[in-house]
Amino acid sequence: MGGKTINHKAWLFVLPVVLLVAFNAVIPLMTVVNYSVQETFGDNVFFWEGVNWYEQVLHSERFHASLLRQLTFTSIILVIEVPLGVAIALTMPREGPWVSVCLVLMALPLLIPWNVVGAMWNIFALPEIGLLGKTINSLGIDYNFTQQPLAAWFTTILMDVWHWTSLVVLLAYAGLCSIPDAYYQAAKIDGARGWAIFRYIQLPKMKRVLTIAILLRFMDSFMIYTEVFVLTGGGPGNTTTFLSIDLVKIALGQFDLGPAAAMSLIYFLIVLLLSWVFYTLMMRSEGEP
Amino acid sequence: MSSIGLRDLRHSYLRDPATDADWALKHIDIDWSDGGAYALLGPSGCGKTTLLNIVSGLIAPTEGRVFFGKDDVTDIPPDQRNIAQVFQFPVVYDTMTVYENLAFPLLNRRVPKAEIDAKVREIAKMLDLEDRLTKRASGLTADGKQKISLGRGLVRSDVNVIMFDEPLTVIDPHLKWVLRSKLKELHQQVGSTMIYVTHDQTEALTFADQVVVMHEGTVVQIGTPVELFEKPKHTFVGHFIGSPGMNVLPCEIDDGAPLFAGRKVALESRIEKTAAGAKLEIGVRPEFVSFASEGIPVEIVKVADAGRYRIVDTRHGETHIKLLVAEGEALPSEGACIGFDPAHTQVYADGWIIA
Repeated sequence: MGGKTINHKAWLFVLPVVLLVAFNAVIPLMTVVNYSVQETFGDNVFFWEGVNWYEQVLHSERFHASLLRQLTFTSIILVIEVPLGVAIALTMPREGPWVSVCLVLMALPLLIPWNVVGAMWNIFALPEIGLLGKTINSLGIDYNFTQQPLAAWFTTILMDVWHWTSLVVLLAYAGLCSIPDAYYQAAKIDGARGWAIFRYIQLPKMKRVLTIAILLRFMDSFMIYTEVFVLTGGGPGNTTTFLSIDLVKIALGQFDLGPAAAMSLIYFLIVLLLSWVFYTLMMRSEGEP
Repeated sequence: MSSIGLRDLRHSYLRDPATDADWALKHIDIDWSDGGAYALLGPSGCGKTTLLNIVSGLIAPTEGRVFFGKDDVTDIPPDQRNIAQVFQFPVVYDTMTVYENLAFPLLNRRVPKAEIDAKVREIAKMLDLEDRLTKRASGLTADGKQKISLGRGLVRSDVNVIMFDEPLTVIDPHLKWVLRSKLKELHQQVGSTMIYVTHDQTEALTFADQVVVMHEGTVVQIGTPVELFEKPKHTFVGHFIGSPGMNVLPCEIDDGAPLFAGRKVALESRIEKTAAGAKLEIGVRPEFVSFASEGIPVEIVKVADAGRYRIVDTRHGETHIKLLVAEGEALPSEGACIGFDPAHTQVYADGWIIA
């Protein structure tokens, strides 16, 4: 018979990780599940509600509106940041003293705390005193992001593009740098130019890092909270109230823990589902012979 | 079809080359005739890839001109030079099928569809890729990918010269033989000039009609494999080609003949004159050294069995001399003496042959 030693000691080595994951993921998640099926008025008194909260959230117009805003925002962000990031990465120098200058410049926005980014852009875009706000207004365009929904969206998107395009740039740049020279030399000899080089060499070689970039940007922008909260607070009205801002309003503003918990789980499942869809679509052709 | 002429080529990767060591190619002047199979052989860093890239146009030489036939092509970009190049690591376009890969150079040159199809199928047949035309190129093994790289050169009817930059590096040993004989076969079939860069003497000697041996940015010898073996022009060639390499022994010249260990070494020709102060050496391959009843007294240090012959390492004073002894032949026990074949003994001054 097989000489495999059965040794339960192995469990001991896995235990720390199991505990860690339990404490920082499973237990909090279970708490949320617990809240999502009950009603509480504090004092540790709970009433069984079943799937009521889920039904309520799924049928709520408010949730639909936030979700729609969120999907629109994320789509716009991805459509701008991914091509822009790749374009910037393509223009960055591959060698020489400017490489480190470019890399540091690109990394800077990523190093700024999120609430500071919100505060910076808030002041920057103020119509009376902000450099951006004042400049736009002096061009004859009526711009006030605290009152106009369109201006609020414009500012929020601009802020996110400024803050996060660098991430796509850095990942795309890393992908570009890993392409051996022989590919470019072969392409030269094959008579390929500009677009063909991008389409058949650079893009396929960047595929993996771009998949990661798109997934990260999708998840982060889908869960955006701090910057928007500081910049617009979700306003004017509810026009920039994205999912997490809405969630916090329900959970902490109205203290509706049950519906908030149900919404969190639905939110989580949407992120999970969309991430899976993205990943599957982008990796579709990978395994083919 | 065209011959290749390299005139007074010098190349440095530095902006202001000052010393001799700054030049990757020191001075190259070569003529390659149309349709030949050539190898550039030398150790890593000797400048062979640089030379190849200058011929293909991927690098512009610092000095000198490149001629294809009568045309000066020094300033012409690679895609207009009628050349193809196969790199050390196989280059395929991952997202394309084998067919699309082979068609790519023709598509870029706006060749009509029907012509592309015919050409791609013809080359695929030649390279035994027919059954994989619709497969993705990224799924092929290294040798398959290397065939595609080569195929992208072969499909172009304008290609006169195909260059190989150590193309078998990543190929499994048992497939190296297969691919190498395929190359030989293709050379006879298509008749284009082929230049093959390698540091492997077996690859160079079996592939090429003429081998260019390079060392530290200079060409030390151009010759057929037999010439390189029998009359190395430089002690480096003697060392680098052959296994074991040539014996190089310090000597003096007296009355037109070299003196080693106080004895005259017989040569076929007489040495007329040598530059004063030059380092003088005798070069003789182990194949042309044999035990003799009288000659240079030596002591046997080591015997290594190499199958059909033994490599005997002997010593005279501080100088080691290797020789080959056929299988089954007895070795002298005491008071061994060796002699050199005069027809294959050369004398070198500062590394270069003088007789």
